[in-house]
Amino acid sequence: MANTFDSEELQKGKGIKSKDAMVVKLIGYLFIGFFALICVIPFYLIVIASFTSEASLIRDGYPIFPTGFDLQSYLLCLKNPVSILKAYGTTIGVTAAGTTLAVLLATMTGYVLSRKDFPWRNGFSFFFFFTTLFSGGLVPWYMMCVRYLHMKNTYFALILPLMFSVWNMIIAKTFMNGIPDAISESAKIDGANDITIFVKLILPLSKPLLATLGLFSALAYWNDWYNCMLYVTEEDMFNLQYYLQRMLGSAEAMRIVAEKSGIALPSVPLEGMKMAMTIIATGPIVLLYPFVQRYFVKGLTIGAVKG
Amino acid sequence: MKKEKANNYKKAPFFKTLKRNWMLLAMLAPAVIYVLVFSYVPMTGIVLAFKKYQYAGGIYLSPWNGLDNFKALLVAGKLGMVTRNTLLYNIAFIALGVVFEMGSAILLNEIGGKWFKKIAQSFMFLPYFISWVVVSAVMFNVFNYEKGVVNHILNVLGLEAFDLYNSPNAWPIVLIFLKVWKQTGYGSVVYLAAITGLDQEMFEAASIDGASAWQKIKYITIPSLVPTMVIMVLLAIGNIFRGDFGMFYQTVKSSALLQPVTDVIDTYVFRLLITNSDIGVSAAAGLYQSVLCFITITVCNKLVKKIDPDYSLY
Repeated sequence: MANTFDSEELQKGKGIKSKDAMVVKLIGYLFIGFFALICVIPFYLIVIASFTSEASLIRDGYPIFPTGFDLQSYLLCLKNPVSILKAYGTTIGVTAAGTTLAVLLATMTGYVLSRKDFPWRNGFSFFFFFTTLFSGGLVPWYMMCVRYLHMKNTYFALILPLMFSVWNMIIAKTFMNGIPDAISESAKIDGANDITIFVKLILPLSKPLLATLGLFSALAYWNDWYNCMLYVTEEDMFNLQYYLQRMLGSAEAMRIVAEKSGIALPSVPLEGMKMAMTIIATGPIVLLYPFVQRYFVKGLTIGAVKG
Repeated sequence: MKKEKANNYKKAPFFKTLKRNWMLLAMLAPAVIYVLVFSYVPMTGIVLAFKKYQYAGGIYLSPWNGLDNFKALLVAGKLGMVTRNTLLYNIAFIALGVVFEMGSAILLNEIGGKWFKKIAQSFMFLPYFISWVVVSAVMFNVFNYEKGVVNHILNVLGLEAFDLYNSPNAWPIVLIFLKVWKQTGYGSVVYLAAITGLDQEMFEAASIDGASAWQKIKYITIPSLVPTMVIMVLLAIGNIFRGDFGMFYQTVKSSALLQPVTDVIDTYVFRLLITNSDIGVSAAAGLYQSVLCFITITVCNKLVKKIDPDYSLY
């Protein structure tokens, strides 16, 4: 085919083509670079504010560039560590238990619905999916949890509401649709039962899925303040995010924290403490990310509800 | 006799399939019980919308009061406003979400630098990792009137300080920005996963035929992302009358001044419930919201099904 063009034309075409690819790349670098900066700058601002002395914060406001390295805010947060440690304990315990259960539930359900030989898979898929189309709303749900299941001020209130998500189930089902049916079929012929197949064959093949669902479930639990706000009134059971919310929310709460730690009010680094507490409440979950990043793209494919 | 035989014929395979699949059904059972308890049973709680709630009677034994709760909701006069806000915000979130998420995925796929890509992607994912509580701390740091970074910069430039919490008109932009900021990293991975699954030979063939980078994006990448996009958009449309409670609640706080532009159905229902403890009226508002969502998604799914059955959600 190329012979039909004279070489000059071909040369010109090639020039345009590579120039064009360069432009796309340039736009890509510029846009992605700019967007990534916008995403990271607020975190940078919070980190440097948390290391800035209170005097400087009161005088100049939150800094744009680091002005020093002052650990006072962190020390103050940790001066009376009991309540923070309790909040950490609640969050870590709930996150660990909840994530395990949520991943197990999503993958187990997704697996059954991905089995082509399961005759009612479409019916059940819709049974689950319908709950995203219609819901009773906040009030009946709240009443169910409080009045009939007596979940108020129990750890169940922090674990159960986030334990199952249809979205995660769809991700699991889509991923497992990609695992050849022959694996389940041949194991079945060899006499393995469905649970053995799921645990011994399917789960080990689903590492990207487990990593992805695990991270997103862990995030949902770690970042939950809503269920804590609705169902927990005992301060000892507050989770980290709710603790942080109350701390940010009222200067009053800050004053109490400060008094408990025995510091005279005027010297209390209220502003810096807010930022330090934000870092303390966010930190650990962000550190999880590098370990699962490589699995993301493989684990996060969504597909249809049916089929 | 003949009928009985037919019945037997029909029944036998059912029990047989039941027996053959009992273990799969057992594996499905926890999730089934879960949604029954936390979704289907609460659905019956919508009767509260037509009842005068009394503590002793609970959901099912409280007396009926017809449409009184809905009347009270209409008399309060805020329903139209919060419905409009919810709808407009969600339309903006969905439209910009598609543009930014798909755009970022395509561009991330085009750029070559492995390190740049990895670091940029990690940064873009950061906002997704934090709770709305932390976002409110970020907002405080950036927009605080006296101490915030924005006013710091404006001050240095010799411009007048900007008080976000007294400027209702700025809020739609701020909220839409926050949503895009928080969601793009995650959404782009969903599209990136779809791009990675494409057959690379298509792109190679197109290159050999002299297609430019733009042409490949326009005629191969984007059309192949349409099924993913349709699923994402339909899933979002299913919640088009549900506001992101965490976002609106944590960033706006309970500022009465900002309510006309920031109040959504969910924050409204929550306030009715917490401040007025008006359980019947809150339930009525919740039912109104669910019905609107249900109608919208049913109609949209039907429309999609008509255009191309493969793209429909269910």
